[in-house]
Amino acid sequence: MSDNTQNTQQKPGAVQTTGHAWDGDLQEYNNPLPRWWLWCFYGTAVFAILYWFMYPSWPVGDTWLKGLKVVDYVTVDKATGKEQQKEFRWNTRSQLLEDMGEAADNKQRKDMLIKVQAASFDQIVKDPKMMEFVRSVGKGLFGDNCAACHGRGGQGVVGMYPNLTDDAWLWGGHMDKIQETISQGRRGFMPAFGAVLKPDQLSDVTDYVLTLSGEAKPSEASDRGKEIFQGQIGGCYYCHGADAKGLPSQGSANLTDKIWEIVNIPAMKTPQEKKKAIEEFVAKGVNNTRIMPTWKGRLKDDDIKLLAVYVHQLGGAK
Amino acid sequence: MSEETVLYQKRIQIYPRSVKGRFRNLKTGILVLAYAVYFFLPWLRWERPNAPSQAVLYDLPGRHFYIFGLTVQVQDIFWLAGVLIIFAILLFFVTGLAGRVWCGYFCFQTLWTDLYMMIEHWVQGERPARMRLDKGPWNREKLIKRGGTYALWLLVALWTGFTFTAYWIDAPTLLVDMLLGRAPYAAYFTTLFLTATTFVMAGLAREQVCTYMCPYARFQSAMFDHDTLIISYDQKRGEGTNGRAKLGKGLKTHEERQAQGAGDCVDCGYCVQVCPVGIDIRNGLQYQCISCALCIDACDTIMDNLKWPRGLVSYTSEKALQGQKSTLLKPKTIGYGVILTAATAVLAWSIATRSPYTGTVEQIRQPLYTRLSDGGIRNTYEIKLNNKLTAPMVVSIRIEGLPGATLDMDGMEQLELAPQERIKLLARVQIPPVQAGQGSAEHDKVTFVIAPLEGAKSDPVRRQVPFYVPEGGQ
Repeated sequence: MSDNTQNTQQKPGAVQTTGHAWDGDLQEYNNPLPRWWLWCFYGTAVFAILYWFMYPSWPVGDTWLKGLKVVDYVTVDKATGKEQQKEFRWNTRSQLLEDMGEAADNKQRKDMLIKVQAASFDQIVKDPKMMEFVRSVGKGLFGDNCAACHGRGGQGVVGMYPNLTDDAWLWGGHMDKIQETISQGRRGFMPAFGAVLKPDQLSDVTDYVLTLSGEAKPSEASDRGKEIFQGQIGGCYYCHGADAKGLPSQGSANLTDKIWEIVNIPAMKTPQEKKKAIEEFVAKGVNNTRIMPTWKGRLKDDDIKLLAVYVHQLGGAK
Repeated sequence: MSEETVLYQKRIQIYPRSVKGRFRNLKTGILVLAYAVYFFLPWLRWERPNAPSQAVLYDLPGRHFYIFGLTVQVQDIFWLAGVLIIFAILLFFVTGLAGRVWCGYFCFQTLWTDLYMMIEHWVQGERPARMRLDKGPWNREKLIKRGGTYALWLLVALWTGFTFTAYWIDAPTLLVDMLLGRAPYAAYFTTLFLTATTFVMAGLAREQVCTYMCPYARFQSAMFDHDTLIISYDQKRGEGTNGRAKLGKGLKTHEERQAQGAGDCVDCGYCVQVCPVGIDIRNGLQYQCISCALCIDACDTIMDNLKWPRGLVSYTSEKALQGQKSTLLKPKTIGYGVILTAATAVLAWSIATRSPYTGTVEQIRQPLYTRLSDGGIRNTYEIKLNNKLTAPMVVSIRIEGLPGATLDMDGMEQLELAPQERIKLLARVQIPPVQAGQGSAEHDKVTFVIAPLEGAKSDPVRRQVPFYVPEGGQ
């Protein structure tokens, strides 16, 4: 600034130059730095060297210097299921594990967990704070354990894994029942009728089934099918019930609603297509393809309770 | 180059002399005011139901900033950005107009250095006494005076550090906890860290901070123009035709000096001695100058003694020095002024119209929809509610704009929010079966209306969100 000020008293040469000259007359001013600045610079160099010893730093061959700083964290041994204290050289991954451990130890979270475990199902669903907690923790548990089959949002896969978000429950939709389903597992079964019924009987039953949910209008064929369904030849009513609404104790499907768990009727365009698909299914039945594993022992009872509430609210909480 | 080139040099110690005058009084006034605010604010109480009773408290664990009657929530933190923008523009505006006013009068480095120099002056005496003490051997006197100064500095630094910490935790509790050794680790660290920096920066480093560390000092100079107020020495008057001259034989009165061609500057050096950054203002505008105006006070004192007119060193501008007229209303100044006014107005409007609560609605997209047993379609939403008040409120949630739709929130359609409660709720919206061929256009949006029933007066929050119906209702 002093250079272009008119009233400056500085004479040329009042500021020392470095003594170098380029192109004959180009010189460089020397404004000496204070010495403490230099010491600060040395200080940063010392800091860097200390850092190399404390934290992961230099690559050495196939590996690297690990540093002296260690992180403690608690981990669950996969084989024995026991918690154990671990110590690891500092890196961002071990730091994350430590932070996660601290998060699990968070007092608010622990208090809430105790509160939820002590509450009954009906108390939980009426309490906005507890439900917020259940949705938050349940989402993680569901994602880790259930989403592989039922999907991240519980929507399932038609023909394979039941949709948990709709209002139809094969094994009962109350939280007690859901808890039972998760704890004990379930095995879906329907006998193959291909060998029991003649082809025309199979066709008649199929016509009847389609009328139950309004997919087809009653006809003579469906009346014949009804007799097979409700009578001793087919005996379908044993499991599906006389009203065809299914029995939760059997895990049998409600045939009168718009939900199709195995045969994807809504995706089919023509009546012929729908009929063919159901005929094929009734002929084949379900055997060893619809199995829900047992989670008792694999999951903590507390977690199963949380999951029961979580799955219940996924499906509309009714 | 005859002498050896030195790239680093030992710091030249500055012993500023004290001075009395208008600008000294102004600076002292600002210092007292600023300290009164800084040191007493954490102790001021403010009654709030269900919330801390400290008038100004930045509650980080609770995610709330309490500033008198205003409670700033996490999501309102953009106000802080607004405040920072306003301060930045204010700095540009003032600097363009009146130079480094911030540096000279308001910067905490200047304020604390000033206080530390006052302590130094009080214990060790005036400039010559301090220089003598500094040069002298480490005897009893030096030990007591230096030790006393440092002890007082340390006390000020400690209280400064503690006061800063007290803005983040309830002050009376913090004081007791710290004395009993049960305050959080972070409180001790913050206090001691600020104690150390205050002591080092205001006691030891002083002008080195402004000259070598502070970026503002450098870029403020870049905002100057020829109309900017600067502190300057009147070269023409001071130097005359034959340069400045000390008061000597035949150079005593104004007339004698005029006859000899000597300027009005009597070269007493007072302006140099009072300078806290150790420059000679007569050498012109320099980057070290923090515009504290103490050299004006010094020169005015001398001129008053000689009964000559004041203003040999004064606030002026480059244009005025060249005999031209300074204009303060320039496009640059006006522009900064307009932006400053606009930014302040926007912030004030945003704070004044803040709602007592917030409500947001987000569609859950996995799964996008669910077909129900009666053929109806359900979409689910996550509603986030936040009661910003320190009192409970009752909020009701309903939907509109979607024909035949029903809302199911498990009885939480109406709920009481505790003071400052944040909560996430699940909402299910379902419509009866849609016939094939029926257009989905009237079924693609739903509006949530979140209205306060009790505890707050405000217009309902309306959130329009998508409602997904699969192709043709199938």
